[in-house]
Amino acid sequence: MIALIVNGTRHDVAADPFAPLSDTLREGLGLTGTKEGCNAGDCGACTVLMDGAQVCACLVSTAQADGAAITTVEATDPLLEALRAAFLAHGAAQCGICTPGMLMAALDLLRRDAAPDRVAVEDALGGVLCRCTGYLQIIDAVLEAARGVATPAPGTGAVGAAIPRLDGAAKVAGTERYGADGAPADSLWLRIVRSPHASARFTLGDLDAARAAHGLVAILCARDVPGVNAFGIMPNLKDQPVFADGLVRHRGEAVLGLLGTRDAIAAVRDADLPITWDPLSPLIGIDAALAPDAPQLHAHAPGNVLVRGHLKRGDAEGALASSAACAEGRFATAFVEHAYIEPEAGHAAAGGLTIAACTQAPVMDQEETARVLGVAQDSVRIIPTGCGGGFGGKLDVSVQPLLAVAARVTNRPVRMTYSRTESMAASTKRHPARLQARMGADADGRFTAFTLEGDFDTGSYASWGATVANRVPVHACGPYRVPNVLARTRAVHTNAPPSGAFRGFGVPQAAIATEALVDDLAEALRLDRWAIRRRNAIGRGDTTPSGQVLHASAGLPECLDALKPEWDAALARVAAHNATQPRERLGAGIACMWYGCGNTAMSNPSTMRITLARDGTLTLFNGAVDIGQGSTTVIGQIAAEALGLPLAALRQVVGDTALTPDAGKTSASRQTFVSGRAAAEAAKALRARLLALANAGDGAALSLDGTRLTVRDAHTTRVIDLAALDADITAEARYDPPTVPLDADGQGVPYATYGFAAQVAIVRVDTVLAKVKVEEIIVAQDVGRAVNPLLIAGQIHGGVAQGLGLALMEEFIPGRTENLHDYLIPTAGDMPRIRIHLIEDPEPEGPFGAKGVGEPALVPTAPAILSAIRHATGVRITQVPVLPHRLHAALRA
Amino acid sequence: MTAYHRPRTLEQALALRAATGALPLAGGTDIHPLRTARAAWGETWREAILDLSAIPGLDGIAETAEGWRIGARTTWTAIAEAPLPPLFDGLRAAAREVGGRQVQNRGTIAGNLVTASPAGDGIPNLLALDARVELASSLGTRSLPVAAFVTGYRSTALAPGEIVTALHIPRCDGAHGRFVKLGARRYLVISIAMAAAVIRSEGGRIVAARIAMGACSPVAQRLPALEAALHGVALEDAARVPDPAHLVPLAPIADIRASADYRRDAALALLRDLLAGFAA
Repeated sequence: MIALIVNGTRHDVAADPFAPLSDTLREGLGLTGTKEGCNAGDCGACTVLMDGAQVCACLVSTAQADGAAITTVEATDPLLEALRAAFLAHGAAQCGICTPGMLMAALDLLRRDAAPDRVAVEDALGGVLCRCTGYLQIIDAVLEAARGVATPAPGTGAVGAAIPRLDGAAKVAGTERYGADGAPADSLWLRIVRSPHASARFTLGDLDAARAAHGLVAILCARDVPGVNAFGIMPNLKDQPVFADGLVRHRGEAVLGLLGTRDAIAAVRDADLPITWDPLSPLIGIDAALAPDAPQLHAHAPGNVLVRGHLKRGDAEGALASSAACAEGRFATAFVEHAYIEPEAGHAAAGGLTIAACTQAPVMDQEETARVLGVAQDSVRIIPTGCGGGFGGKLDVSVQPLLAVAARVTNRPVRMTYSRTESMAASTKRHPARLQARMGADADGRFTAFTLEGDFDTGSYASWGATVANRVPVHACGPYRVPNVLARTRAVHTNAPPSGAFRGFGVPQAAIATEALVDDLAEALRLDRWAIRRRNAIGRGDTTPSGQVLHASAGLPECLDALKPEWDAALARVAAHNATQPRERLGAGIACMWYGCGNTAMSNPSTMRITLARDGTLTLFNGAVDIGQGSTTVIGQIAAEALGLPLAALRQVVGDTALTPDAGKTSASRQTFVSGRAAAEAAKALRARLLALANAGDGAALSLDGTRLTVRDAHTTRVIDLAALDADITAEARYDPPTVPLDADGQGVPYATYGFAAQVAIVRVDTVLAKVKVEEIIVAQDVGRAVNPLLIAGQIHGGVAQGLGLALMEEFIPGRTENLHDYLIPTAGDMPRIRIHLIEDPEPEGPFGAKGVGEPALVPTAPAILSAIRHATGVRITQVPVLPHRLHAALRA
Repeated sequence: MTAYHRPRTLEQALALRAATGALPLAGGTDIHPLRTARAAWGETWREAILDLSAIPGLDGIAETAEGWRIGARTTWTAIAEAPLPPLFDGLRAAAREVGGRQVQNRGTIAGNLVTASPAGDGIPNLLALDARVELASSLGTRSLPVAAFVTGYRSTALAPGEIVTALHIPRCDGAHGRFVKLGARRYLVISIAMAAAVIRSEGGRIVAARIAMGACSPVAQRLPALEAALHGVALEDAARVPDPAHLVPLAPIADIRASADYRRDAALALLRDLLAGFAA
C-alpha cells in the first residue's frame, strides 16, 4: 500500500507504484480535478503541489509520493480561494481544462513569493499550457490575487456588462466534468489500435484467438459496426470509416478496438495482434496528390480533388493588365494542430445509445452515431461533457461512434480517452495552403483586381474540406473594395490526417497571402501601409466580391481609424529604435480581416426554448455547447435582457440532445449571432405571453420572487401566482440567418453578417539569431455590440495567441511532431502585450446588435506579424511558421 | 505490472541493479514520457524500474577540499537556489531553462546526464565545469570525466550494475560560468543550440576558458581551438574571437527544430553572445 496525504487526508492506496500520480489521483481516489493533457510533462495540466512544490503529477511515480503532502485543486486553502476568485473575475478560465494546473502553479508561486512581478508569474506558469486564453488574463489574475484586492464583480448581467462567466465556478473549483471524468465505475475500457502507416492495405487474422489470448472482452473491427461504417461532415459524403476496412489512408487511422479491463488493454502490444500490413507509397503533399500518375484515394475525388471553390466578379485579368501597380506572390502554410489541452474522451452507456463526450456539435454527433449504429437519430442521446478546448477540432466525431459501437456490441458501459499522440495523429488539422495570388491597384492606391489560385491539403477524408474551399474565395481579397476578383480553390486529398475545421476555415491562410500583397502594393506606390488599407477598406454600402451589399455593421473603417494614432506611434517608435540598433530591429505591421458569421450560403438555424415553470424556475434550454468561448454566459445575458428579468433568475440546461432543441454547432462564430438571436426571440416571445397574462403594456417591468411574478407598468401592478397556472409557460424561437445561395460564379449572399478587425503588431527581431519576439498587438475589432467585453477580450487574446503560433512556431508533421514538446504552441512567456479597441457598429440581424467574435480575432494576427517582420528586416515572408532557421535563410538570401 | 523497486539504501539499490539490471529512475521526467511515447503506438513498458528517490544522501550539494560534490538526485531547482559561487552561474542559468518549473522541481542533474540527449541543457555546462561523474556498483566506485561518460547519442559508459551517485566539480577560483540557450519559444522548449562557458580572468584578460556547445552534435562538445584562441584575450574582446574554424568538433544536423546551416551560424552567434556576457 502507498500512503498518499492528499489535501491533508491520508489515503492508503493499492496502486501500481509506477503508475503516474495523476492517474492514481484520478482513477484511484476519484480526484478528477487534476487533469491529464499529455502524460509527458509537456502541458502541465496535471500540476499539483508535492511537499509544497509544483510538479507534473504525470511525471511522478505513485510510489514516489508515498508519505508526501499532495495538494490538488480540490484543496481548501485561503490563498487558493483568492486565486479562484481572481481567475473568475479576470476571465482566466475559458474552457477550464488548464485551470487546475494553472491554479496549482500559481499557488506554488504565491507561497514562495507573496509579491511577484509579472516575469515571476510568467516563470511560475511557464510550464502550464493554455490554448484558449493567451495567458494574459491568467497572469493578471495571479497578480491581483497576490495584491489581495478582489475586483468588484459587476452588479448586473445586462447586455454590455463584463460579468464573469456563468459556468466558471466549477472550472476554478476543479469540479467541472470533462470527457475523461465521470464514467461509470463498471465501464469497460476501449483502446484503439491505429495504423502506423500513412497508406497501407492490411488483413486481419484470428481476432477471436487474440481476444482470448490477451484476456480481452472483445476486439472490434470494421465488421462489428452495426450500421454504416462511415461518417463525415458533408450531408452527401460519408467517407471516413469508424474502423478501416482493409485499407488505411492516414497514419493514426483506427483499425481495431480493444475492449476489456484497463490493465488488459494496456498490456497488449500492437505488434502481437494479428494484423498483416502491406504498406503502400503514401501521397505526401499537394504536388504528389495532383501528379498525373498519382493513385486516386477516393472514388468521389477524381484526380484527388475533393472539391473546387470558385468566385468571379468582373474581369480580374483585364483589370490587372491595366493597373498602375501589380503584386504577385506564392505562399505556403503548414498543418496546424488544434492542441486543445483536453484530448478527446467520453463514455457510453450500455447499449451505446447514450454518449457523454466532449464536443462542439452534439446534434451532428447524434446523427453520425445513429447512422453508425443503424438506429433512428432520435434514439441516440448525446450529453456534452465539459469541453476542454475545441477550436474546430471537436466538430467532427472522434470517440462517439467508437464508444457507441463498443457499448452496443458488449451491452456494457464503455469509456475511452485518447492519448495525446493519438489525438494529434488521428484528429483533424488546419489545412496547409499553397496560395498563388495577384493584386492590382491604380495610381492612387485603389485596388483594381485580385486573383487567387489556392490549393488546400485536405488530407485523407473530406471532413470540412469543402467548407474551406468554399469559404476562402468569398473572403480571399480581404475586407477591401475590389471590383474584379477571380478566386479558385481546390481541396486535395493526400495521405495526411484529415484536414478539417480550425478557427477561420482557411481564411487565416488566405489572409497571409492577401495582406502581403497589400503591403507590396503600398511599397510599390510609396503609400503608407495603414493608408492603403484605409483607402480601400470596405464599409457600409459597399459591395463585396460576392455581389452582396453591406447594409449595416461594417466597421472596418472605424477600426482602422481607431488604430491610426497607434500606428503612427508604432512607426515613430520603430524608427527611433532602429536608428541606433543594428542587431535587434523593431518592426511594425498591420493587417485587416473580415469574416462571415455562420455557414457559407447555407441554412444554419438555431432553436432556443425558454420556460417559466409553475414552481418559479426560469430555464433556458440552450443547445449551444460552450467550449470555453462563453456562449452560455453571452446567450444567458441576451435572453435575460430580452425577457426583462435579471440574469441571476435564469438557469440553463445546455447541450443535451434529449433536453434541448438543436442550436446547431459551435463553429463559424455563429453562437452569439445565431443562437443569441434565437434566444432573444424566444425570450421576447415569453415576455409577450407574460405581459398578455397581466394585460400589461410593452414597457412593463417584470420581477420574480419565488412563484410570484410581478408585472408593473406605468398604470398598474399585477402579481401572477405561477403556482396557480395550469401549465408552465414556454416559448421557443428559431432563427436562421438570411443568406442567398451562391451561383456558379460565387455570387449571392453567403453570410447575413461579417465581423471586421484590424491589428497592429510590433515585433523585435534578433537579426543575428533570426528570432522574433512579438512585443505588442493592438486590436480594433467591430463586434456589432459587445455583449460581454470581458469574454470578448478573452477571445481576442486567445485568437492572437493562436495567430502568433500560426505565424511563428506551429507545424504539424505526421510522425514527427505528434506530441506537445515537438509541436510548439505559445507559452506564457511568448505573449505580447495586447490592447483592444472595441468598435460597435450594430448588426440589425444580431441580438442587440451583436455578431461573432471568436474566429475574427485570430485572422489578422499572423499577417500583421509578418508585415512587422518585413518592416524590421526587409524580408518578405512567404512561408509559415517563420521558425528561426527559415527567417535566417531569408535574411541571408 | 512492471517490477518496481524502491530501495531505502544505496547498498540495496546496487544489489538490485546488479541482480535485475533495473533501469534507474530519479525525477522520472524522462522515463515517464518515454513510457507514454511507447504506449501511444501500442508498445508496452517491460523494463524493471529502480527508483532511487528513497535513498538518503543522493541529493544535495556539498563543498569539498577539491571542489563541490553535487548529489546525483539534486534537482534543477535545488541547483538554481543553492548558494554557489559564480563558477556555477551557467549551470544555474540552465537550471532555470530546463522544461518548466515542474520539471525543474523533479528533474535531476544526473538524470539529464544519463539520458544523454544531444539537447540536454546540463551537459555542456558539466563539460565546461570539467565535471567528473561518480559511479557506484556493488564492486566499488569509479569516476569518469563527463566527456568520457557520454559516449554517443543517448548512450553512456554506465555499466551494468552501476548507478551515478554524484557529479564532482573541481575548484576554479575566480572563474565565472555562463550559459545561453536558443529555442523557438520561451518555456518548455528543447534547445536548437546552447553554449556554456567557464572563464577565469586575471587583470581583465582570460587565463583559462572552457567552452562547450550543445545540440550541435550527437554529444555536446568542448571547443578546444576556441578555448586556446581565447588565452590572453581581454574580456571585452572575447566576443570577436569565435570564428567558423572553431566549430570543427560540431556536426549540426537538420531536424524539425532547425536546419543544419542555421545551427552552424547560430552556434557561432551564441558563442559570441556568450562571451560578450563575460565583459558585461
